Formats: sequence, C-alpha cells, structure tokens
Amino acid sequence: MPDHTVWGQCDMMETVAPGAAAARPEGSRPGAVLRRAEARPIIEIDDVVKTFGAFVAVDHVSLTIREGELFALLGGSGCGKTTLLRMLAGFERPTAGRILIGGQDMTDTAPYDRPVNMMFQSYALFPHMTVEANVAFGLRQDRMPRAAIRERVREMLDLVELTPFAKRKPHHLSGGQRQRVALARSLAKHPKVLLLDEPLAALDKKLRERTQLELVGIQERVGTTFVVVTHDQEEAMTMADRVAIMDSGRIIQVDTPHALYEYPNTRFVAEFFGTVNLFEGQLVEDEPDHLLIRCDALANPVYVGHGISAREHATVWIALRPEKLAVSTTRPDAPHNWDRGIVEDIVYLGGISTYHVRLDGGALARVTTQNLERMSAPEITWDDVVYVSWRPDNVVVVTS
Amino acid sequence: MRARPLFLPSALALGLTFLYAPILLLVLFSFNESRLVTVWGGFSLKWYGALFRNEQMLEAALVSLRIATTSATLATVLGTLAALILVRFGRFRGRLLFTGMITAPLVMPEVITGLSLLLLFVSLETTLGWPSGRGVDTIIIAHTTFCTAYVAVVVQSRLGGLDRSVEEAAMDLGARPLKAFLVITLPMLAPALVSGWLLSFTLSLDDLVIASFVAGPASTTLPMVVFSSVRLGVTPEINALATLLVLVATVTILVAAAVLWRQERGQR
Ligand SMILES: Nc1ncnc2c1ncn2[C@@H]1O[C@H](COP(=O)(O)OP(=O)(O)OP(=O)(O)O)[C@@H](O)[C@H]1O
Ligand SMILES: [Mg+2]
Repeated sequence: MPDHTVWGQCDMMETVAPGAAAARPEGSRPGAVLRRAEARPIIEIDDVVKTFGAFVAVDHVSLTIREGELFALLGGSGCGKTTLLRMLAGFERPTAGRILIGGQDMTDTAPYDRPVNMMFQSYALFPHMTVEANVAFGLRQDRMPRAAIRERVREMLDLVELTPFAKRKPHHLSGGQRQRVALARSLAKHPKVLLLDEPLAALDKKLRERTQLELVGIQERVGTTFVVVTHDQEEAMTMADRVAIMDSGRIIQVDTPHALYEYPNTRFVAEFFGTVNLFEGQLVEDEPDHLLIRCDALANPVYVGHGISAREHATVWIALRPEKLAVSTTRPDAPHNWDRGIVEDIVYLGGISTYHVRLDGGALARVTTQNLERMSAPEITWDDVVYVSWRPDNVVVVTS
Repeated sequence: MRARPLFLPSALALGLTFLYAPILLLVLFSFNESRLVTVWGGFSLKWYGALFRNEQMLEAALVSLRIATTSATLATVLGTLAALILVRFGRFRGRLLFTGMITAPLVMPEVITGLSLLLLFVSLETTLGWPSGRGVDTIIIAHTTFCTAYVAVVVQSRLGGLDRSVEEAAMDLGARPLKAFLVITLPMLAPALVSGWLLSFTLSLDDLVIASFVAGPASTTLPMVVFSSVRLGVTPEINALATLLVLVATVTILVAAAVLWRQERGQR
C-alpha cells in the first residue's frame, strides 16, 4: 500500500504564514529592518490605565513604538484599542501612567499641541469644505504661507491620487476616495506619528486588500510612524512590522507577525492569530532538551524537542498549526506525535484543502495540505481512517 | 375598470378645505372694493393703500418687526448654548431639571407665562428699579424666553445627530476648541440655527397673549392693534394686513424648508 503522507508546507513556513493575503516575510523591507534596528523609540506608553467609572478599559499597558515602524494594535471588539489610540491623540486622559511622544511627556498635552495626527474610523471629513480645503485645514492652523500650503496640498493629493477631485465636496466621493482624503489630511502636517483607527473597516473586501498594500507603500514613502488599530488578523499580518495583541484592556503579546504565529505565548494568541489545534495535557517528562506531554484527547504522548522554562506548570497546552500536521493512510512507527481518526469533512479551497479529522479521543483536528499537483486524484476521502502526525519541532507549548 | 376608492381623496379635499378655505376667503376679500366684508363689490387695491396710510398700524408693524428680529436673534444664541450644554456636557447634577426647565415654555399655557413674567417685571422694578416701566424691552425679554425653548429643541436634535469626531479631527489638526466649534461645528449646525431663528421670528410676530401682559403704553404690537380694531368690527383693511402676514409666514416657511432640504441633500 503506497504511503499517501501529505506534508504541509513545513519548510516554507519559516517565512510565509498562510491565511495572510500577502504576508511580508522578515527582511522584505530592507530599509525598514535597518531603520528599526537602530530606531529610537517615538512613543513610550508607561503603565497606562484608563477607567470609565468602575469599568477598566485599558489595564496597565506598557508599550514602546519605534520610529518609522508600522505598528498594529490587534484585538476583538471592545478590548480598548480605540481608547488607547485616543489617549495617544490626546482625546482621553489616562487615569494613571504616562505617555511620552518623541521623548517628551505628553500625558496632559491637548490634542492640538501634539505632534501626532489621527485618521478617524468614520473619516470625520469636514462636509462643508472641498477636498482641497480639508487637506489644507491643518496647515492653515499652523499659519503656513499660502504658497507653501498650496504646494503641500498638491503633493498630498498626488500621493493619494486624488488630484482630479480637489474641488469636490466629500459627499460627492466614493468610500475609497473619502478614505484617501482622510489619509491625505492627516499626513499633510507631517506628523511624527500617524494614528489610524480601523482605517479600512468601511471598505469592501477587495478594495480593503488592495488598500492595505497601498497604505504600506505610502508609509514607506513618507517614513512616518504608523499606529494602526484593527480587529482583522490578516490585515495586521499584511501590514505591520510589529503587532500588539490586546484582550480586555491588556496587552497579551507584542512581536512580529512571524513570531506571533510561530511562537505564541498563550492559548489566546495562538487562537486569535491564525487557526490552531489546541490540546490540553500534563507534563510527564521535563528535561532541558525535551518534553513529554500526555494529552487526554490524544492516544500517543507528545514529544517536544526543547525544554520550557516555566517548570511549575504541570498543565500545559500544545498548539499545532493545521499546515504543520500531516494526514496519511499508513500507521506511523514512531512511539509519539501521531493519532488516529476519521475524516469528517474536507474543505477544498483550490490551492489548499483542509481535512477535519475526528480523532479517536473525540477531539477535532484540522489539517491543511497544499494541492501541488493538478492531476493527482485525492487519495483520502470522507470517512477514511487516517493517521495525523507532526514533527517534534513543530509543537508549540503554552502554559496559560 | 375598477372604481377608485373615493374615501381618501375626499377626506384629503375636505381637510384642505377646512384648513385653507378661511385663508383663501380672507385673501380674496382683501381685494374687495366694497366696504362690507362679506359682500363682493369688485376688485380693488384700495385697502392696501389705506393700510399703508394708517400710521398706527405701520408703527405697530415696525415695533413688532423690531421685537421679532431682536428676540429671535437672542433666542437663537441662548437656545444654541442651552442645546450645547444638554448634548455636550454629558451627565451633570441637575441635568434632568435643566432639560425640563428648558422645554417647559413649550407646554406652559401662554396666560401663565405672561402672568408670571409680568409679576417678575413688577417685582424687579420695585426691588431693583429695573426695568422702569414696561415696553418693547420687556416684550423682547418675554419673547426671548419662550423662543429659546423652541431653538433649544431644534438645535439639540441636530447637534445630537452630528458626528463628534469631526470636531475632534479639527482639534487634532491644530484648531483650538473655540475655533473648532466656530469653523467646523457651527457651519454644520447652520440649518438648525436658520430654522430656529425663523421659527422664533414667526412665533414672536404672532404672539398676542404674552405681549399683552408685559406691554407698556408705548409698545403696541401688530397683533394687539389687529385684535383691538377687530373688536370694533372687521374691516377690509385688516384683511389686507392679514394677507400680507400670510405672505410673510409662507415665505419664511419656504425659506426654512429650502435650507433644510439643501442640507439633507448635502448629507447624502
Ligand atoms: N466614554 C466612555 N464611557 C464609558 N465607557 C467607554 C467609553 N469609551 C469606551 N468605553 C468602553 O471601553 C471599552 C473599550 O472601548 P474601545 O472603544 O476602546 O474598544 P475597541 O477595542 O476600540 O472596540 P471596537 O473594535 O469595537 O472599536 C468598551 O467596553 C467601551 O464600552
Ligand atoms: Mg474602536
């Protein structure tokens, strides 16, 4: 009987995360990486708390955002992203903690005195002013000479490709065009930091995916630090150099998209950032060079090729990304890292297929495989008994 | 062919007749040649001529216009401030009481409003010596009081519908709060301010009861002249005056509607 083991794209996984429309591998922006390595911090959030009455919206958040970075704040609805952003812009005052912008304490500075600008989720364009006047508004407040204003407005409209619409009022523009007016207006003053609150939420899917890359392009060209709030994991992966994951007012993990995907520090991050199979288990062997974990849901023990530092945890969770699992009709020989199950469902997506395998222990495992050959008939089908296996170095162990 | 239901069109016709027939009749008889109000004696503009030679009537009209313009303007300013407090200051102690007191004049019987204002003015005069006697000033104060309520309601609903972040965006771009309000919020409120002003203007022009309470000897308003002369019998001259007033009211309403309509269109 032939061995129909189909491995996921294990080797490529070091650089490209699936699920992201156009994930940016580390180092694909040479300038950005270089810049970041030696960049000074531009925003320092130091133990900031914000409460509304008895409700804690932002809970002891500390963050450092570096110059020139495209930083994303990612989290579910109501987790406090907007509140944190509004504190950076100066519309909310922290209940406790300090906010430093460009090395200066700006915790109590009014919005109109801060060197940051914000792009609002609703765009907040001035309805009674033309596109041109909208973009010029901030420059007028600085009493810039007229000629310089005209020059800057032209440059900004060029940047967002809205020059033909300069004389229009906002309500005569499409959603995408309004979004670009808002961007041009908030960039016109060359802020040290641009804050963007769900900048793409109002656009449809196609336009959103295109605009994500456009925004990245614009950010690279102008070199401004961007802080983007989003609740869309793919969007954060596509755009950001680093991502902070928020949950109920707290920052759970801050890292590059790659590190968040491959080295999540909690179950929450593993589940929030991409798809994952999670199994609860007990540590049975805990050596510096390997771990052995027994999971109730899995028939065989799990062998992990590294130790963990947090020894006091007897209960751990193993997180397995679907593309790092393999399905096969032959029984593996190894004593660990595999289980048996029945194919319950197959989701065919063209480039990849996802097998939903009901393991003998009752848990569901999702396995993604690449459909590399056009002519190969699928060998595994519904209700087949299959073996799910994984390599020791592809297991992520989290303790909380 | 199916018979069209006749009920709705006839109800509509009846309603319109009920509402507008008296006004049409009035307009028609203002062009009457005859001195008798109810007998048609041919077309003539002579009552309009007589109206414009009636010194007392003209003077009263000027007084009324002055009162209406001033109190509408004052009410627009005060009403807007009241609306701002109601919408923007969130919850504060006594907010409910404040809301109630702002809107009370809307439902208060005019006789009560007039009487209480009269009592206020009289006791102010005896204790503070101001206002000395009653006249145009006291009518303006009285009209401003109840018109403020109308403006507050109109502006409040508009302000509540505005996106707060537009003003925040202005501040974010460097405008101080006062400037952001004047340059951004006020233009967006303009339609409400215009319709609030026009509403106050017509209410003030129209008011007889409250004005009668707080008027002095030298401050007879147009409605007061009309009312007292009608008691001696309706003349075609009054018809002519009424026709002009209807014209003013119609133009005012059309302007207000046009302003609101343009704004609605702009929002889309
Ligand atoms: N002015 C306020 N008064 C009281 N509670 C508030 C206020 N602003 C925000 N909150 C609460 O704080 C929490 C966080 O709100 P925030 O707007 O920051 O969430 P978010 O992460 O931006 O969510 P979303 O993705 O839905 O925009 C919410 O539960 C919200 O109800
Ligand atoms: Mg939000």
